[in-house]
Amino acid sequence: MLRVEDLTIWFGQPPDRIDAVRGVGFDIAAGESFGLVGESGSGKSTILRAVAGLNPNWSGRIEVDGRPLRADRRDRAFFKTVQMVFQDPYASLHPRHSVDAVLGETLRLQGMDRIDSRIQKLLDDVGLGRGFRFRYPHQLSGGQRQRVAIARALAAEPRLLLLDEPTSALDVSVQAEILNLLADLRAEHGLTYLLVSHDLAVIAHMCDRLAVMQQGRIVEILSAAQLRGDAAEAPYSRHLIAASLGR
Amino acid sequence: MTAPLLSVRDLRVTFPTRQGEFQAVRGLSFDLGRERLAIVGESGSGKSMTGRAILGLVRPPGRVEAAALTLQGRSILNLPERQMRAIRGGQISMVMQDPKFSLNPVMTVGQQIIEAYRLHARAPRGEARAKALEMLRAVQIREPERVMDTYPHEVSGGMGQRIMIAMMLAPGPQILIADEPTSALDVSVRGEVLSIMDNLVKDRGMGLIFISHDLNLVSRFCDRVLIMYAGRVVETLPARELHQARHPYTRGLLNSLPRLDAPVDRLAVLQRDEAWREPDPAAARADTDLPGGL
Amino acid sequence: MSAVSRRDWLLSDAPQTRRQARLGAIYQGWLTFRANKLAMLGLIILILLIGMAILAPWISPYSPYSQNLANRLQPPSAANWLGTDALGRDILSRLIHGSRITLFIVGTVALIAPIIGLFIGTVAGFAGGWVDQVLMRITDIFLAFPKLILALAFVAALGPSIGNAVLALALTAWPPYARLARAETLTIRNADFIAAARLQGASRLRLLIRHIWPLCVSSLIVRVALDMAGIILSAAGLGFLGLGAQPPLPEWGAMISDGRAYILDFWWVAAMPGLAIFTVSMAFNLLGDGLRDVLDPKGDKS
Repeated sequence: MLRVEDLTIWFGQPPDRIDAVRGVGFDIAAGESFGLVGESGSGKSTILRAVAGLNPNWSGRIEVDGRPLRADRRDRAFFKTVQMVFQDPYASLHPRHSVDAVLGETLRLQGMDRIDSRIQKLLDDVGLGRGFRFRYPHQLSGGQRQRVAIARALAAEPRLLLLDEPTSALDVSVQAEILNLLADLRAEHGLTYLLVSHDLAVIAHMCDRLAVMQQGRIVEILSAAQLRGDAAEAPYSRHLIAASLGR
Repeated sequence: MTAPLLSVRDLRVTFPTRQGEFQAVRGLSFDLGRERLAIVGESGSGKSMTGRAILGLVRPPGRVEAAALTLQGRSILNLPERQMRAIRGGQISMVMQDPKFSLNPVMTVGQQIIEAYRLHARAPRGEARAKALEMLRAVQIREPERVMDTYPHEVSGGMGQRIMIAMMLAPGPQILIADEPTSALDVSVRGEVLSIMDNLVKDRGMGLIFISHDLNLVSRFCDRVLIMYAGRVVETLPARELHQARHPYTRGLLNSLPRLDAPVDRLAVLQRDEAWREPDPAAARADTDLPGGL
Repeated sequence: MSAVSRRDWLLSDAPQTRRQARLGAIYQGWLTFRANKLAMLGLIILILLIGMAILAPWISPYSPYSQNLANRLQPPSAANWLGTDALGRDILSRLIHGSRITLFIVGTVALIAPIIGLFIGTVAGFAGGWVDQVLMRITDIFLAFPKLILALAFVAALGPSIGNAVLALALTAWPPYARLARAETLTIRNADFIAAARLQGASRLRLLIRHIWPLCVSSLIVRVALDMAGIILSAAGLGFLGLGAQPPLPEWGAMISDGRAYILDFWWVAAMPGLAIFTVSMAFNLLGDGLRDVLDPKGDKS
């Protein structure tokens, strides 16, 4: 579904160029859920933004469905295949657009028909009832906003969802609801996930495989079972695991 | 039982809104001894507002009311700003979530610590500088002389938070209120910052109020935990026994966390109960008890 | 529907229809605005001004142009409440009719300048690169000239008349709005909700119009209301210099200019229109403050 080879991403122009990600590669099979875990500055979110086409400064190879992507442009087919959910639900919704406007515009942009019934269906899918349709973001809680953001991402009926720390701005009880929702949606729609998080427990819960990142490089790729079974080899992964277990 | 450092009875913080009054804190009572007390809750539970109310940092039109709010027997409820300033920093200090926002970006780290110390201790510059260096060493910063001359944007998050702790503890307060001090930090530096703070608080025999949303962190790090829901304490228990909590809210919070060592197919979702908002008559008295022997 | 339930309907957190949501948002804004007493005062003054302009022929006691040289430079009295000017015209009637001119100037400038500014500023901020450079350097050139001098140059070139004065004011007033709109755009441009819309395949034009403009407009409106006083004064300045409204039009600035010669002995001739300019300028300032409370929640009063 997604293949990344020798990906290098930088910010700024030489001589001030900083390589945020250096020579990273991984594969995600269709229907798989893959995690990127690391601390701040490890480059995990940067990879996500490059795949989404939000940062054109990269070299290497990114393939979606076997088709290589161009650095600067994405076509309509790409937006129908790949969508993204952002970290901060307070920043990812337009403050002056109601839920109805957000979803309606998205559906129209994606060239969908029967907008009205589709909005209803999307809201049902993410567990928001009819009463939420005409609310503005300031009338929603953090968890409800993130549900709207997920509904927006699902509007295009994508197959690959890029999830950038989707729960790190939320309370733990709300995090559980959103993670469950994401798991349900994946099962229902056969989605592929690329999930970025700093929280190993969240990644282990959600993903089949994961890559541990440090300072722009992948230190190790493991399965969730290996992670739990204490089979991580790289010292940095072991250090992270120990820290999240509180040892 | 010695007299508590800080005693709070029936604390209420109220904000007027269009739909009527909103109480962010609704009748909170506790005593703080020379111990590490955690206040845990989700956003909107009133935990941060409690810290701000103690320090007199609730801004109008917000109102703070309490049957009693005493610091070593002296009432500090709604003191005039001048007196409150002397207490703030001098006797009660606060460490905030993100050092980036609480350090002044145009002053060097050293200047800020010296400034903070001199404000309360009225010491000459040379002495204040020596004190600042000592504090930086105490928070285990290598090469404190060099760090003194750096600006806040040049230090990492973990280092910034250590500097904040050094700055806050320099005037020798008796109580430290730490509001989510490690939430903005990476997991691998979290432990370090916590243990530094812990040691300093213990060595100086201070009282610590640790405000956090992270139950597991708190259970490892504190002596006693208050769990807040909708502006009230729903349960008080020793941190060691947190995992045997009885209140459904506490249990729900614990269960909703994904865990590395205990995989589940589906996370338990907290079912909120309207009854939690109201005081439980049986638990009312237990709220304020200090653990025995203190 | 009773009054109480209508209020609840408007303040509902869960609106059932698009219309209820929109009306609710407006009502919330109105409540915030109403809480600001001074802003309400400003609004009331401006409503009175508009009412005065509309009803001018009916409420003014005399014609603004009828001269009565026998009755010139009379102090305020029962017959002429605000006195008469050098040609024996009733000052009150001239002020009432002058409010139409003031409103015309203010309204036109307030329409033209911010729209030019919004367009140039958001395009510059959103496009970036050389487009930004070119547009902002042009803005800088306009900013580098003193506003009134530039307006003077325009009017001198186009010929003195009220229409040209308005045009000149509008052409000199837009650069600050462009600056403001560009700054707003730069902060919005990288927001996640813009990124999300881009990921839906939204074109740049759509992002600009549907997503960026609505967020810039509110701060521009506030700024315009606050700048109104300045515009009125500039218009009066042009009138005073004889480059705006031409006699015998009762433009307030020109009226002050007429009264200048007698200011020591017959103070009311210049003071009355001065007072009118002051009142209206202040009303706009107060209104702007209130609008800021409503439209710009970032500047929350602490």
